[in-house]
Amino acid sequence: MLTNLFNGIGLGSVYAIIALGYTMVYGIAKMLNFAHGDVIMVGGYASYCTMMYLGWPPAAALLFSMAICTVLGVLVERLAYKPLRNASNLAVLITAIGVSYFLQNAALLIWSSNPKVFPNIFNMPFFQGVTASAASVSADAAAADTASSGVFSVKQRGTLITIVVNLIIMAGLTLFTSKTKMGKAMRAVSEDRGAATLMGINVNRTISMTFAIGSGLAAIAGVLLCATYPNLVPTTGSMPGIKAFVAAVFGGIGSIPGAMIGGILLGVIEITARALVPTVPSDIFVFAVLIIVLLVKPSGLFGKTVREKV
Amino acid sequence: MNNKSKNAFLNYGLVIVFFVVFQALLSTGNISSLLKGLLVPMTAYMILAISLNLVVGISGELSLGHAGFMSIGAFTAAFVEGVILNNIKMEGPLSKNLGVQILIFVISVIVAAVFAAIAGFLIGIPVLRLNGDYLAIVTLAFGEIIKNIFNCIYISIDETGVHISDKNPSLDASFAGKMILEGPQGSVIKKVSIFAAGIILLLLVLIIVQNLVNSKAGRAIMAMRDNRIAAESSGLPIKKYKLMAFTISAAIAGAGGALFALNSTGITPKQFDFNASILILVFVVLGGIGNMTGSMIAAALLYILPEMLRELDVQKYRMLIYAVLLIAVMLITNNEKIRALAGRVFKKKDKVSVKPEAGKEA
Amino acid sequence: MKKRVLGMLLAGVMAVSAFTACGNTESGSTAAANPDAGETEEAAAETEEVTETEEGEEAEAPETSEGGALTGTLNVGCIGPMTGGAAIYGNAVQNGAKIAVDEINALGSDFQMTLNVQDDEHDAQKSVNCYNTLKDSDTQVIVGTVTTAPCIAVGEEAYNDRMFMLTPSASSTDVTADKDNVFQLCFADPNQGSASAQYIYDNQLATKVAVIYNNADAYSSGIYQTFKAKADELGLDIVSETTFTDDTANDFSVQVGQAKDAGADLIFLPIYYTPASLILGQAYDMGYTPKFFGVDGMDGILTLEGFDTSKAEGVILLTPFSADAEDAATQSFVGKYNDQFGETPSQFAADGYDCPYAIYKALKFYADKNGGLDVTGMSYDEICEILISVFTDPDFSVDGITGQGMVWDANGEVNKAPKAVVITNGVYVGM
Repeated sequence: MLTNLFNGIGLGSVYAIIALGYTMVYGIAKMLNFAHGDVIMVGGYASYCTMMYLGWPPAAALLFSMAICTVLGVLVERLAYKPLRNASNLAVLITAIGVSYFLQNAALLIWSSNPKVFPNIFNMPFFQGVTASAASVSADAAAADTASSGVFSVKQRGTLITIVVNLIIMAGLTLFTSKTKMGKAMRAVSEDRGAATLMGINVNRTISMTFAIGSGLAAIAGVLLCATYPNLVPTTGSMPGIKAFVAAVFGGIGSIPGAMIGGILLGVIEITARALVPTVPSDIFVFAVLIIVLLVKPSGLFGKTVREKV
Repeated sequence: MNNKSKNAFLNYGLVIVFFVVFQALLSTGNISSLLKGLLVPMTAYMILAISLNLVVGISGELSLGHAGFMSIGAFTAAFVEGVILNNIKMEGPLSKNLGVQILIFVISVIVAAVFAAIAGFLIGIPVLRLNGDYLAIVTLAFGEIIKNIFNCIYISIDETGVHISDKNPSLDASFAGKMILEGPQGSVIKKVSIFAAGIILLLLVLIIVQNLVNSKAGRAIMAMRDNRIAAESSGLPIKKYKLMAFTISAAIAGAGGALFALNSTGITPKQFDFNASILILVFVVLGGIGNMTGSMIAAALLYILPEMLRELDVQKYRMLIYAVLLIAVMLITNNEKIRALAGRVFKKKDKVSVKPEAGKEA
Repeated sequence: MKKRVLGMLLAGVMAVSAFTACGNTESGSTAAANPDAGETEEAAAETEEVTETEEGEEAEAPETSEGGALTGTLNVGCIGPMTGGAAIYGNAVQNGAKIAVDEINALGSDFQMTLNVQDDEHDAQKSVNCYNTLKDSDTQVIVGTVTTAPCIAVGEEAYNDRMFMLTPSASSTDVTADKDNVFQLCFADPNQGSASAQYIYDNQLATKVAVIYNNADAYSSGIYQTFKAKADELGLDIVSETTFTDDTANDFSVQVGQAKDAGADLIFLPIYYTPASLILGQAYDMGYTPKFFGVDGMDGILTLEGFDTSKAEGVILLTPFSADAEDAATQSFVGKYNDQFGETPSQFAADGYDCPYAIYKALKFYADKNGGLDVTGMSYDEICEILISVFTDPDFSVDGITGQGMVWDANGEVNKAPKAVVITNGVYVGM
């Protein structure tokens, strides 16, 4: 049972990191960005190509793919979402789906459908010594963990790293949104777009910034997702993307700690269900629990209940 | 004749013209095999688009799991067909027995609609307690649950009756029955749907939906969509009306699924996944939310479009082009300048068609 | 190499301009998709290929026909998933078939083949649409479809129309059941499942067996079911049966963990190599090292880009094809595939390669017997009857790269011997 719990946390921590990006974009831009999962996939490919073909160290590859995804995210936002700022949510949703199809099929043409096996970056510090651990952000975390987790398996180390990265991102996002000017602007836009405009906040720039950050996070999520489950194909991002979206709703969409806890809970439920009833698809239980939670607490576990004004 | 009923009759006319044109092409043989094969699925998707438009356009609720109801209808049809073929004696193959085909079609569609309606009612009760994106995610969840349930049940039939199991019974050496639903392998179906039957179903669906929209319940639902708080304050039993609309929508989707299934030679649960739900939603949004005529035209055109791209030299970029077109259409139709222009040109029509902004609440 | 890598990266950066970018990275498949454009490219390819083919397995092929010449142009249609989650299988078959068609056209005889490839996205309805498109463009024979569920749907249509189908890889028995016009080039699922159980039993590979299979996939659950039936019959002890679906094909900790806890010393994996590579990796990380036993879907695992083949050490699989085989035909095919597509071919590619040859040889067989055959403008039902008569002829057999002396029964199932190989030091070694 304890193994299942740990395995569940392992899967959940990956959902959580994707959900953080989802919840960020949703909370501020108020749109379901179905293309988020595909940005993750692009991030995975970008870091894969730099690492395998150019031999870059993981940290450099991570930074490069963050840059790529940030540019991609902002570009997509400018070209496809910005013109629809005043259109119905549905129009934006369909556009996001269009972007998702576009990215998947473009990736298929560029990188072909053959899976690429992502290198196990969690192992790097042990195989490559100090150079790698000093160079890489995620490897830093790994090195810090080794003191306490020398006995853990590769997978467990990966889980620990993912959770640490989750916590760092969570703290960073919380600090960013509460302390910086841009972060405050984001919260204001999230609260009331009209009023924010009246207060002199540049809503368009704020939303672009949100996409930049969200997509940068997607690159990190992409690297961690691929490092944990190393098969990289053009559809890599879509199912984890949907699951992470479910996790974000589960935890209360828009809530940063909610996304993380929602993600981890989702992973634990999925793994436990699979262990208890092995022949029934575990997704049945994942989605059933989601439905029950939403019925009991319609705004998710950590969601704010918004009072309606007439 | 007021505007509303004029619009309704326009739709019936459109369907009949559509039928006459293609039937003429069919009987003179001037139609490609591709298009011929697409006619019934296209009609099925027109029905599905109308049914989803009832939820998304009229009720203003975003549903992302409509393919779930479609699959309930489809597998019910496969089941009914299996039972009928098991209990009926006929001379020669099914394709020679028009009477049996009609029997199968009618009973399948009715039973499929009933089953899907029951599912819609049961799912609607919890779903309609939620709003907005939360409602959307729960419908997505139900869609995935339905798909996964079909993935792990096995239905077989023999002399002693129908058996449902989570294990494949055909593996036992003693198994003498016939498999109807084989988990992930789905159902093998004997083709019965014909184009005319699909068109009749489509007309029936249109009559039901348009009458519902123009009824007291329909007006109440739309009032709720446009301003929930105001409508609720008026004291109408709106929740009940909404559940009714949701159930009817599910029933229609089930009937559409049955039509789709009976025209194919086999269906698998995988065909009715999240992407299938999205496909239907795309028809509704591009056709204009709340606009039944638009839904039908969008479903017909968009269902054919990717298939027609096959014949060009752009095969490899087919899905990429589809994605770009999807984005482009959304950007163009939502461009304020173009909209204003269109508003001036079609000034008269604007009064009748529901404003696309209506979906904003969803 | 560097240049291409850079090109790929740039292409990634400019995802938006993918239209132009991908023209460089992947060429060839458009030519295959479009018979007219294909002609010119094939002609160009001919010059360099003629020399190669003659020393290949086609020693008897560039003949000057005494019995009767096979002439004309045969329009071959191919259906499979070229986009979406199952794209890898469709593209492999398409590439393999394209090489075979190029070779046949380069033989210098008066017989030519065109190849028209259609993408069905692994969807039964779309597959029927593909079939109808092919019918509209005067296709005479179908190579396909690649995946099982669409193949059943298309097979039904083709049966009614009398169009001949040879599927490279759809392995369910439902594909050929009750249809005299549908033939398989791959093993049918029951053969694989029971052959695996038999093999494990005969060679006493294990006392406790665990199975992990995909219960949302017809191929995988089909093999599992026949494996289970045979294992029960033989008294093999199956201690753990766990499943996954395409949507949950990431995390296998539970499945592997249960096998480990149950003390299984062999895990049977009737699945494709992509999820299998994850299972191997996760078992390895867990420090659990049972024997792994796969079926033909496992082939390809060694050529997975970036995969650490040491994790597959000791994996046993039943496969009709091995890219490392020493024979000239396989070597020539693997070499060409590598040149044209930059990859090592999988078993799907090999199946795709054998299909046009099987059809070509069948038509030649008929032409030799009946004093010539001109296929230009023949209707698909005429060709269908000819091919059915040849494929069910006990004298007709095909030597391909996926099997020597392949013969077909009236059901449409192929009869060839599965080879068990074990992965040793990153290569297949026959057992």
